[in-house]
Amino acid sequence: MKWDEFFVTGEPMIYAAMVSIVVVSLAILIGLTYFKKWGYLWREWLTTVDHKRIGVMYILAALIMLFRGGIDALLMRTQLAAPEMKFLDAQHYNEIFTTHGVIMILFMAMPFVIGLMNVVVPLQIGARDVAFPRLNAVSFWMFFFGAMLFNISFVIGGSPDAGWTAYFPLASLEFSPTVGNNFYSLALQISGIGTLMTGVNFIVTILKMRAPGMKLMRMPMFTWSVLITNVIILFAFPVLTVALALMMFDRIFGSQFFTMANGGMDMLWANLFWVWGHPEVYIVILPAFGIFSDIISTFSKKNLYGYKSMVASMVVISLLSFIVWAHHFYTMGAGVMVNGFFSITTMAIAVPTGVKIFNWLFTLQKGKISFTTPMLYAMAFIPIFTIGGVTGVMLAMASADYQYHNTMFLVAHFHYVLIPGTVFGVLAGMYFWFPKIFGFRLNEKLGKTAFWLIVVGFNTAFLPLFFLGLSGMTRRMYTYSADTGFGPLNMVATIGAFILAIGFVVLCYNFYWSFRYSPRDENGDPWDARTLEWSTPSPVPVYNFAKVPNVKSMDALWEAKVNGVPLYEEGPYEPIHMPNNSGQPFILGVIMFFLGFFLVFSWFIPAIIAGIGVVVMLALRSFERDHGYHISPEEIAATEQKLRGDSV
Amino acid sequence: MKKKRWLFLGLFVSIMLLLSGCDSSSLIVLDPKGPQAKTQSSTIIFSILMMAFVLIVVYILYIIMLTKYRASKTSDDYIPPHIEGNKWLEFTWIAIPVIIVAILSVVTVKTTSAVESVPAGYEDQKPLVIYAASSNWKWHFSYPEEGVETVNYVNIPTNRPIEFRLYSYGPITSFWVPQLGGQKYAMSDMVNTLHLLADTPGSFMGRNSNFSGKGYAQMEFEVQSMSAGDFSKWVDDVKKTAPQLTEDKFNALLKTSYVGRESFSSTHLGFNPPPEMDMSEGHHGSGSSDKDSGSETMDHSDMSNMEDMGSMEHGN
Amino acid sequence: MKINDSLPLEYRTEENSNKIFGFWLFLGAEIALFSTLFAVYLTLWNRTGSGPTGKELFELNGVIWETFLLLTSSFTCGLGIHAMRLNLKKPMIVFFVITLLMGLGFLGIEITEFVNYVHEGATLQTSAFLSSLFVLLGTHGLHVTMGILWGAGILIQVGRQGFTDETANKSFIFSLYWHFLDVVWIFIFSFVYMKGLM
Repeated sequence: MKWDEFFVTGEPMIYAAMVSIVVVSLAILIGLTYFKKWGYLWREWLTTVDHKRIGVMYILAALIMLFRGGIDALLMRTQLAAPEMKFLDAQHYNEIFTTHGVIMILFMAMPFVIGLMNVVVPLQIGARDVAFPRLNAVSFWMFFFGAMLFNISFVIGGSPDAGWTAYFPLASLEFSPTVGNNFYSLALQISGIGTLMTGVNFIVTILKMRAPGMKLMRMPMFTWSVLITNVIILFAFPVLTVALALMMFDRIFGSQFFTMANGGMDMLWANLFWVWGHPEVYIVILPAFGIFSDIISTFSKKNLYGYKSMVASMVVISLLSFIVWAHHFYTMGAGVMVNGFFSITTMAIAVPTGVKIFNWLFTLQKGKISFTTPMLYAMAFIPIFTIGGVTGVMLAMASADYQYHNTMFLVAHFHYVLIPGTVFGVLAGMYFWFPKIFGFRLNEKLGKTAFWLIVVGFNTAFLPLFFLGLSGMTRRMYTYSADTGFGPLNMVATIGAFILAIGFVVLCYNFYWSFRYSPRDENGDPWDARTLEWSTPSPVPVYNFAKVPNVKSMDALWEAKVNGVPLYEEGPYEPIHMPNNSGQPFILGVIMFFLGFFLVFSWFIPAIIAGIGVVVMLALRSFERDHGYHISPEEIAATEQKLRGDSV
Repeated sequence: MKKKRWLFLGLFVSIMLLLSGCDSSSLIVLDPKGPQAKTQSSTIIFSILMMAFVLIVVYILYIIMLTKYRASKTSDDYIPPHIEGNKWLEFTWIAIPVIIVAILSVVTVKTTSAVESVPAGYEDQKPLVIYAASSNWKWHFSYPEEGVETVNYVNIPTNRPIEFRLYSYGPITSFWVPQLGGQKYAMSDMVNTLHLLADTPGSFMGRNSNFSGKGYAQMEFEVQSMSAGDFSKWVDDVKKTAPQLTEDKFNALLKTSYVGRESFSSTHLGFNPPPEMDMSEGHHGSGSSDKDSGSETMDHSDMSNMEDMGSMEHGN
Repeated sequence: MKINDSLPLEYRTEENSNKIFGFWLFLGAEIALFSTLFAVYLTLWNRTGSGPTGKELFELNGVIWETFLLLTSSFTCGLGIHAMRLNLKKPMIVFFVITLLMGLGFLGIEITEFVNYVHEGATLQTSAFLSSLFVLLGTHGLHVTMGILWGAGILIQVGRQGFTDETANKSFIFSLYWHFLDVVWIFIFSFVYMKGLM
């Protein structure tokens, strides 16, 4: 390979991106050196095994990826704003919608959700950390370096260009000869393994590490949603692992799984992809359901309506999510029987989802609703998501889907599900739990301004797409002619996209403003909330709970506040056992990054060396004898005194 | 706060007005020109009405809850009651959606089987078979009986069922003529059948709707439906005036990325046959799922395979 | 740290019992992984293109030996854990060494087979059937390789430290993994070799 093929050349926008990447990296390096923060970064963050810090890093990475994916979206919308725009060429446009999809689903929605899980779940169940803190760090660094590997494809080697679904034979070496799809298979593989480990970790955490008295049916709804989500992860992600491995073999080692000759089968990829891909949708949406449940209950000052049916409906959704995948390709020609079956299973999902919508509405009934920023997102979620839901039922009808498939109608539908569902969900969760981690709330006024911009921008951007779809505009077209009549509605959509973008800028400004000026939180419970995480001081000390709480009912903190049921037993503190920090997960991530990178370019000898590096790291871990450390009762008392001030 | 809500509502309404202001005939999916598309557009409208009912119920409840139970409307010392749920209410919102889904399921299966077969009322007519193959980035249409072939346009007689047989010389594409009916994939290792029919003469937009690379946006073709007389006149014209399609010419065509319209007085089906199995067990196209097509979709020119397969089937 | 003396050594601390539970979950994911690989294989097994079929390729002799070695190693691995429960360090080590040696033997035969296939012109690139065969067998073989390395590491630790709750826990988890590989092999034996040879 020549050097001019190695770096992506010939695109002014990419040169600008390269320059900005170099400048930003230099600025970070110089800044860290100047302020002498290298040690701090290493000790407190890169080597941490604390679930709260790992969660924060997940969310930070997700926000950065949100901006990368968002800029992709703006570029696309600019190109589509008017007929025959010359802003992007076809190849560039194809790369951009591919990276937009991959990044938003796998490197934005997933880590944001997992980040919130990390921050919140141990606190909600009264645990000191997740079951395997070290593994948790490995998960994070695998995700992080997978995401980095995917992102450097932008400047080195070229981005994938076959859509986030990477259908074969389009994604094969024959039709996509750049290394772009090698990046796709390896970057997703590395971060996917991290996600799988998260799945194992959180199932054990939730099933085995709950505080005494917290029966399964007393768990907060977010914890329930996370448990179910991780069960889906456990069974769905191995399918992705296999699919990506086969893709890698086809592209790098010349195997014949999805090729056009020698018996290869292109639709096998589509089947494998969606057997993972559809459950994946529920992996990012169910935790959002959990977040909304907790928020709606908190801000109507009422317990959640129909708790049992909420749990049951999530279980049903998770089961159905594995038997609907073929609705992504009714048009493959599988016949009436197959399409009929998948139509019915898909529509059946509407029933448990409807149960949840009505339960949320009836939680509001007779409540005392206060419209804080998190609650606003929850309240915007219900009506907008319902539009996404009912259009989903329409798409589920095979005969009608023959007309919606691959059109802007479909694009509108899944954005109407994923943005009000997942994005509003994680944003609501971020506003809600932010004070728990940082000890101050984000500014409400700025939060609400951003909220309205986002909601108005979102609807303006995506509502027109339903109509464009019915007018015959397909997705992934980089341009269209004026006589199609698609122009005006596309212009409206583009304006909406920019309003949405301004909303996200305001959201970011809020971090800065609140960090400088927001009043610090005093008692650890700024929202007058209901569940255990709010019984700790904010910011939460490293050990979470000085004493393990005793749970006697659902909404344990609320019971403690209203009925005076004590959460903690009297008596002296006991020493707390904590795991040590470790640099190994970070180093393993770096090695995995290089392993992936070398494989992308088929540099096998360096790849083998990196592979040996991975085995060495595993061996080091096996032979390590690290039993952690203990925090003494005196130290706990001092910390609690300092954090709780006079309020205890 | 309140002001913003009205602002939001106003914006929403103005968008709706803008949308309804658009010429409704531009929604071509809802402007069918044949029985299949008609079935689909009435299915779509039926489902929109059903779903509008659901939306209205949710929105009414939502507005009631949000206006009646806001904190600003209650006294400071009001403590919301603890409500676990209500069996009957919960039963209602399980039962009604189940009924709705059941109705939609019946409609789906009926209409799907309708659009997957020859249009009702036309079964006794012999369908016109047209092979439609995609290659990067164009469409080839071969009329085996008429012995003509076209590129990027297809002429059909009105009121006669057309049996499109779809396959691809490259990435998966999707053959879609919205005003005549829904789409179906064209793939390299099998042939799919799509039944369409135009009941009015006219020109309709057709395109590949499944992303297939750089030239995807340009992968459009025109469908012209014309009277049976005009159609046979056109066929005769092509046979007389258009050049023969030789193997070399066809291979050159496959390699050319963008071409305009072309017509030929012979087809490629002889020297470059579609990936159909001659020894098929009677399920060409629409009935054949990819799952059970392991034996069906092999390269049928490879005789040694077929022997192996035969012996394997004995083994089973 | 909570310690429950009524349980076997490997389960005694809460952390260790969590590890065993977590490993069961991991095996659940492994089942999903191998199920997918089997589904791929069964979809592609008669799409042989211009390459050989399974019937032409497979030789029962080597497969029988592989099966014998792996099944027996699973048994000796179980004996090793039994010895551990009885606190017999030396027998445990001996049984584990036998287990790993048999694993090595299995790998040796498998690699020889792969080399033979390639010499007969049946490579990863030949046909969809062969791609899926090599990837399915290769994934299992890679698991066995990792298992041998892992098992050897644990043996060294048991040798040095004796039975502690940690080494006992590791040995027990390793045994779960080894039995699992055995089960996967039984499926490979039935759905790949028996089906192919019939």
